Amino acid sequence: MTARDTDWDGVRLHVVTGKGGTGKTTVAAALALALAGRGRKVLLIEVEGRQGVARLFDSPPLPYAERKIAIGQGGNGDAGTPGGDVYALAIDPEGALLDYLQMFYGMRSAGRALTRVGMVDFATAIAPGLADVLVTGKATEATRRRAGGSYAYDAVVMDAPPTGRISRFLNVTSEVSDLAKVGPVRSHADAVSNVIRSPQTAVHFVCTLEEMPVQETLDGIAELRAIKGIQAGGVFVNMARPALLPPALLATVPDEASLAEALRSAGLPGAQDLGAHLAAALGEHAQHVALQDRERAELDAVGQPIYELPLITEGVDLAALYRLAAELRNQGAA
Amino acid sequence: MTSPTPPRLEIDRIIDDRRTRIIVCCGSGGVGKTTTAAAIGLRAAERGRQVCVLTVDPARRLAQSLGLTSLDNTPRLIEGISGEAGGSLHAMMLDMKRTFDEIVEAHADPARAAQILANPFYQSLSSSFAGTQEYMAMEKLGQLRRSDEWDLIVVDTPPSRSALDFLDAPERLGRFLDGRLIRLLTTPVRAGRPITKVLNAGFSMMTGALTRVLGGQLLRDAQTFVTAFDTMFGGFRERSDATYKLLQAPGTAFLVVAAPEPDALREAAYFVERLGEERMPLAGLILNRVHRAPAIGLSAARALAAAETLEPDGSPVAVAALRLHAERMTLSDREQRVAAAFTSAHPAVPVVEIPAFPTDVHDLEGLRRLAQSALS
Repeated sequence: MTARDTDWDGVRLHVVTGKGGTGKTTVAAALALALAGRGRKVLLIEVEGRQGVARLFDSPPLPYAERKIAIGQGGNGDAGTPGGDVYALAIDPEGALLDYLQMFYGMRSAGRALTRVGMVDFATAIAPGLADVLVTGKATEATRRRAGGSYAYDAVVMDAPPTGRISRFLNVTSEVSDLAKVGPVRSHADAVSNVIRSPQTAVHFVCTLEEMPVQETLDGIAELRAIKGIQAGGVFVNMARPALLPPALLATVPDEASLAEALRSAGLPGAQDLGAHLAAALGEHAQHVALQDRERAELDAVGQPIYELPLITEGVDLAALYRLAAELRNQGAA
Repeated sequence: MTSPTPPRLEIDRIIDDRRTRIIVCCGSGGVGKTTTAAAIGLRAAERGRQVCVLTVDPARRLAQSLGLTSLDNTPRLIEGISGEAGGSLHAMMLDMKRTFDEIVEAHADPARAAQILANPFYQSLSSSFAGTQEYMAMEKLGQLRRSDEWDLIVVDTPPSRSALDFLDAPERLGRFLDGRLIRLLTTPVRAGRPITKVLNAGFSMMTGALTRVLGGQLLRDAQTFVTAFDTMFGGFRERSDATYKLLQAPGTAFLVVAAPEPDALREAAYFVERLGEERMPLAGLILNRVHRAPAIGLSAARALAAAETLEPDGSPVAVAALRLHAERMTLSDREQRVAAAFTSAHPAVPVVEIPAFPTDVHDLEGLRRLAQSALS
């Protein structure tokens, strides 16, 4: 039993996707930190070989091994509640293939030889779905893994490929079915698919409040919904810029003269020019807020839970990650 | 301490130079490559060039605004371009499978072509091999260039994991199709050949492992494919070499597009270094979606302090305006720092900034404005 309900209590595998440039890795990392509260153990998986997770956590490049990378976020303001642990793993198809050969056939040396002559490249080239099956296979294995009567990880968060590729990436069975009608890869794919298509897995979308990312998110959710059994998760709006004024004030054209007057009273020099400039900037801000509202309404219409994270103007560092994690917990995402 | 000011990237000079025949826009995903390529194409057309924009995966609204509704692999004339200077704009979306099919049809007799096109192995290779998209984009670029119907081709690179995939993938596909590996794997072991004997022992162990993973049918499909495709293998290598040379030619200009974010600029730096190694003509860096600091001599700290002074009962509009200003200054400072890291390491690379617009760009007017803003 958990101390309080979150939106994803039954979910153990969180797949995080999003359009390039929307901060997918940042959100995945913040979600992992948020989930790792209350002594829980969370695995954060990176699959695209970018080492973005290591950079976010100021850690050396991640190997193909599960390493502890951070302490999870403790209870909200409750100093007595311990944080859990976040582990990280970078999965590459090559390592996953070796793992697979070892696990199912005890064939480590043949696997090594395969790697040396570039045969893994070859195998994943002639069967493009194979790399995806191996990668998702490793993630689902970690999700199902048991240690001493309970799950080894309370939750697994995967920083997955971008929105444009996500349904293909997750739809592993159909990806390999043309190539392998029967046989070991097929049954492996089926096992992977059972986890991905269970209520234990949710696919979250990261997007910014701009037209193209929102459109891509809507398309991505629609595509996922068409695949039987895959559960679309939350929409994580990232880098949102909160409105600095209530709607009524934002809607009115700021008056340069009275703005200049107020600036003068605050002791700022050159208040005349400053007033004109700031009035224009406020106008742009109002335009931007209106755009964000329009995009938010589009997202609302899809009916998935929405979480909103602010733009970190100073750049995302470790402290900012914890702030984002706290934000996610407050909004019920973890 | 100030960082070196890089030379300014003059986009108009590049598009006005008739010797420029190809512009390649590259960079990591999500930095606005496609939009930038379209804006440059539009501007070049309105300055009198016969332009074809080759795009791989445009966002739907951008494609619609250009009148590209179907992915039909054929350049379409874009309406609404000012033809005063005598230019025109065509645009096309790449269909990689169709491009691949066309190569097969052009280089094999009808019966053999039909056999290849029906092969399950070929079908997965042509629709999802990592690198086919890049290879076919290059192939299409080569075709457009040779047709000589356009005097400027603007291409944006496929959305791949890394900007470098664009340079490596075509060669990878060429090597794969040309592959000794594929032959060895699919050729039955011949007895009595001492040189290959040792090799073969190793290979049979590995093909054993591969067969276990992939299943025998797949390898048999691959073998059938190799037999049918045999005469075309060498050609693939040659074609990919030829396009590589085309990219090294002086008529090509590479524009690296990046957002002022650490990840995007790190990719951009890799790409710049790689272009140098490959002796490919880098024209410069386009820094997209930059939040420019307003030059009014009010620091973030000072603005915040003033906001606090006013806070209790002053004008809420003035307080909001000051906070907004502080936010913009902070954001702009950070972007400048990130950009300075790039320009310090690459001081000779010309740079131009395109400011962030409060709204998205998805029509011709927006593209025009975007191109214009890079020149002001």
